[in-house]
Amino acid sequence: MKSARGRNRFLVACIAPAVILFFIFMILPTLNVFRMSLFEKGAYSPNETFVGLKNFKMLVSDTNFIRSMQNTILLIVVVTIVTFAFALIFAGILSREKIKGQNFFRIVFYIPNILSIVVISGIFSAIYKPENGMLNSIIGLFHKMEEPILWKGESLVMVSIIIAMVWQAIGYYMVMYMASMASVPESLYESASLDGAGRLTQFFQITIPLIWTNIRTTLTFFIISTINMAFLFVKAMTSGGPNGASEVALSYMYGQKDAGLYGYSMAIGVVIFLFSFALSAIVNKVTDREPLEF
Amino acid sequence: MKEKKHTNSTERLYKFFIYLVLALLAISIIVPVVWVFLASVKQNKEFYGNPWTLPESFYWQNFVDAWNTAKMGEYMLNSVFVTALALVILLVVALPAAYALSRFKFRSSKFLNAAFMAGLFINVNYIVVPIFLMLRDGDTWLKKVMGEGFLLNNLVVLAIVYAATALPFTIYLLSGYFATLAHDYEEAAYIDGASYSTTMWKIIFPMAKPSIITVILFNFLSFWNEYIISMTLMSSAKGPKTLPVGLLNLMQAQQSAAQYGIMYAGLVIVMVPTLILYICVQSKLTQGMTVGGLKG
Repeated sequence: MKSARGRNRFLVACIAPAVILFFIFMILPTLNVFRMSLFEKGAYSPNETFVGLKNFKMLVSDTNFIRSMQNTILLIVVVTIVTFAFALIFAGILSREKIKGQNFFRIVFYIPNILSIVVISGIFSAIYKPENGMLNSIIGLFHKMEEPILWKGESLVMVSIIIAMVWQAIGYYMVMYMASMASVPESLYESASLDGAGRLTQFFQITIPLIWTNIRTTLTFFIISTINMAFLFVKAMTSGGPNGASEVALSYMYGQKDAGLYGYSMAIGVVIFLFSFALSAIVNKVTDREPLEF
Repeated sequence: MKEKKHTNSTERLYKFFIYLVLALLAISIIVPVVWVFLASVKQNKEFYGNPWTLPESFYWQNFVDAWNTAKMGEYMLNSVFVTALALVILLVVALPAAYALSRFKFRSSKFLNAAFMAGLFINVNYIVVPIFLMLRDGDTWLKKVMGEGFLLNNLVVLAIVYAATALPFTIYLLSGYFATLAHDYEEAAYIDGASYSTTMWKIIFPMAKPSIITVILFNFLSFWNEYIISMTLMSSAKGPKTLPVGLLNLMQAQQSAAQYGIMYAGLVIVMVPTLILYICVQSKLTQGMTVGGLKG
């Protein structure tokens, strides 16, 4: 039998580095987000003063912050619904039908997911360019434009970001759902079509219920990650402009840090943190179904 | 008989419709990417006409300018260094931790497992500001003690931060694999007189190769493409930069200077390594989906 001392020494050696790194670069900063939100701390004043909930009171009346939260919620709702609808439908088709070149489609649809958000925003700036941009030149074929459409102008900028985000996410989720749909036994579909169930019925009565657990987990994670992806896209594509029209919560937080208002910035961080937790709890509750076995 | 014919033609219409939609989606992905590749060899004056013309000639000067003048070559080296170092640190730290946490029961093992699980919910974008402030304060302190601060604008520190923030996901993924192994492997090794660490390095880790490759793939992509942490911790104008941040600066400079060719060359330089990797391992990546499904 091996000695308990040796076992403990081995375990400590294995775990200590991970715990130390995790504590310094994840736990400590997280605690700091909450602590600093109660302080006033600026870039040029080395001292911090405790101000209690003052930062949060300021947030409530900050119209820029409220707009950034509205934009975040808009992105969460629209991007999630569009991405999931398309990803599930395409996955349903590709995993059920005999499609020639199925592999080709799978490989192509996954490409946006491996590109840096900076690259994607570069690609989309070529698409959205008002003069000689790809999108405007295609629209120009069907419909003569007096003025070029300003895709990154104040009125359309959110639509443009939504398109880019869906473009990036759709393939990833499609490939993932294809993997889980492949595990649904063929016999279920066979007996369903003997009973005269059509494709749509099969999709909604067999496929969706059977992979529901998977959909539910990914939905929760997708919603949380949309808050982050929105930040990555906005920062690279528009920096929140024009005139703050595309500002989202995290980019507003980052902007306040650049402005040197660290305490205020962290108060925003706390609000988003709590918001995302509450949201995932709600989604988890709403999507709760009796899991089906097959 | 007649009815059968009818279902056949709707069937064909349905098939056609499916192919149409799939093809449109594929085109919407391929065309912009190929367009960027073509644009990267166009001369600047070609950008003022129809965007769908092919390049007049292969204008390689864009790449030379991007590589040298816009320093993308230097940034490429930085990115290679940071990504490689971060991957090494991550594996050296995460593999033993995941092994110990998933295969051994000890006093705090439950708590530690829960803590790393909770870490899955902490996104770096929330904590990048405190990390920045912590390193900045560290620099101020170092300046007082040693006359010089080296925590910010440091590629090694950046790599450590990357590795640390990837720990929860990586440990989660590896633990999931280790937990499926039978305990017989270790028992047999112990009977043969192998120590704990020999067993871990020689028996267990070689078996975990597929999981390790998945970990490397996912983290390579996320380290290579990351730009928020890099931008925040490497904010000094003269300090080193990684590729995506360099590209972002190039894109912003391009808006005033209108040097489109160089910008698209920069895009290609950032894109190509990930595309090559993807072509080599695409089946692995899409197979790893079910485990990577949580990452978003």
